[in-house]
Amino acid sequence: MANNDDVLVLGGREFHSRFILGSGKYSLPLIETAVRDAGAEMITVAVRRTNTVDEGNILKYIPEHVTLLPNTSGARNADEAVRIARLARELGCGDFVKIEIMRDSRYLLPDNQETIRATEILAKEGFAVLPYMFPDLTAARDLVSAGAAAVMPLAAPIGSNRGLAARDFIEILINEIDLPIIVDAGIGRPSQACEAMEMGAAAIMANTALATAGNLPLMAQAFKEAITAGRKAYLSGLGRVLSRGAEASDPLTGFLREDA
Amino acid sequence: MSGENSFFVDGKHLSEAALARKHQLENNPAMRKSPLEYLPGMEEIEPDIRSRVMGHVDSYQPEQYTAVDVRRALNRNRPDEEDLKALLSPAAAPFLEEMAQKARNLTSRHFGNTVYMFTPLYLANYCENYCIYCGFNCYNDIQRVQLTSEQMEHEMQVIASSGMEEILLLTGESRGKSSLEYIGGACRLARKYFRNVGLEIYPVNTEEYRYLHECGADYVTVFQETYDLAKYEQLHLAGHKRVWPYRFDAQERALRGGMRGVAFSALLGLSDFRRDALATALHAYYIQRKYPWAEISLSCPRLRPIINNDSINPQDVGERQLCQILCAYRLFLPYAGITVSSRESASFRNGIVKIAATKVSAGVSTGIGDHESKYEGREGVQENAGDEQFEIQDSRSLQKMTADMSSEGLQPVLNDYLYV
Repeated sequence: MANNDDVLVLGGREFHSRFILGSGKYSLPLIETAVRDAGAEMITVAVRRTNTVDEGNILKYIPEHVTLLPNTSGARNADEAVRIARLARELGCGDFVKIEIMRDSRYLLPDNQETIRATEILAKEGFAVLPYMFPDLTAARDLVSAGAAAVMPLAAPIGSNRGLAARDFIEILINEIDLPIIVDAGIGRPSQACEAMEMGAAAIMANTALATAGNLPLMAQAFKEAITAGRKAYLSGLGRVLSRGAEASDPLTGFLREDA
Repeated sequence: MSGENSFFVDGKHLSEAALARKHQLENNPAMRKSPLEYLPGMEEIEPDIRSRVMGHVDSYQPEQYTAVDVRRALNRNRPDEEDLKALLSPAAAPFLEEMAQKARNLTSRHFGNTVYMFTPLYLANYCENYCIYCGFNCYNDIQRVQLTSEQMEHEMQVIASSGMEEILLLTGESRGKSSLEYIGGACRLARKYFRNVGLEIYPVNTEEYRYLHECGADYVTVFQETYDLAKYEQLHLAGHKRVWPYRFDAQERALRGGMRGVAFSALLGLSDFRRDALATALHAYYIQRKYPWAEISLSCPRLRPIINNDSINPQDVGERQLCQILCAYRLFLPYAGITVSSRESASFRNGIVKIAATKVSAGVSTGIGDHESKYEGREGVQENAGDEQFEIQDSRSLQKMTADMSSEGLQPVLNDYLYV
């Protein structure tokens, strides 16, 4: 498959990059390098942290072609998330919204139940809803029914750089859910991003891994290449892995008759 | 297939008018209704699953797949639609043993070493359809019978006393003779004697499935026969069964009506068996994705000779091809039940339960009201028994089947579910 054909469609919009910049640790150089070196076409912005004065307004630093993904971080229930999303739209941030609802300030784990409720309300209002969630299959199915545009399971606690701690459960979502699965939170190294993409994740959202790197642009490039490599491996179909030990030698198909 | 003409048989019992109508249906396609036209009272639901399945099937070119595609499919932890196509293609034939090994591992991972037993009970062989390959078709000259509720109960008692705990109730497709209430009554009776009651009857609407579920049925089997619409049209010349999409959506309506599980199948040999096998597996797969709580199972019948026409046979679907299909099903749907009926020989069934099948029938009669003579060897007690739908190959009793399965190292299971 030619790379140009491999687009990620979210909320009716096409993306050629499968790296999405998260919002955890923000700096203007980070945005710049995420777009230039990591190729990000979508950038998360935390609405509650938006400066009300012009100075340091990050929106001024985000290039035109980049899609804004306002998030609802700080919301503790669906009603608050809905209000933040509507505010973002009024502020001109577009129709995309990433829902983050947390009632836990220590691990910042998402509240799936409230997230489903907010997704349903906002999808009906025409938002392209990207819900951040704990990787639970039943909740993911409910998000699909609620009208989500993608499902965004965490790989590990947010900001932890712990990698694919929830690997097996994310794999279940990839296998069972028809929407794009975007791995969000916990990815700390390019190799982890690559592994998630190999598994069939549609995109990677990361922030801390870049923001805390020694050389920001170099790490941004590393992520870009790792994500591309993982995606190509997934599309091409992984090669065989020989298990140790012989396969059963008794033929199972010896009973078949040629003429029956 | 050399053409459907070999299926046409004129019974001597038919009146001149009936013969004339039969010939018109056979020879003049303009006399036949469109197979896409719903009949009055048939419920229409959204066609999303039909579109997805047929999108794949219509573009499937089995001969385009190569050994490389098959190898890749075998290496996948979870084969996708493209892998399934490769596994069903002619290129997979040399990989049959490897497919079987992998299928065996998956089957034992999901089902252990169990093999589930059931038996069918035909309630009636009246039919309003003209499906030219079927022994029950309305023009075929056979002895027609419908069991009364006393006869049904007697049959159930005979079967239950053999130890069987699951029963599959079947009728010919005649709403006129075998009404919903008649079938509902049979379900109520069956619940007295069996822990699991399945149905293989004409497709009905959602609310009708709900009624049958309330009567005690829990599982619905509907064979699409062939997913090839053009071929379907040539084989199902008259009757409600002619409505292809209504039949296609039956499993979905059954699940919406509260049924626990649904079974799927094409009758292999009617059309291109690779496409039909692909369609069957995808149909089950997409239903399961849309209704994740549903239990799904697949059957794999091959065409069998019928009374008055022994030229009907499975054509190019040999045992090796059938085994390939079942292995592909298992690799693509590791969690699905796979039933292999008594249409197949004892040696095939003994082999395939070790690879992919999870359920076999035993003590089978496809006739009406003849269990006592068949189970207990009492000749002459059921002189008015109805004729059979097709000829079976494996006539082992439950007792014999249990012994044979045990000697193959498998654990026979009679029930694994509680009706709720």
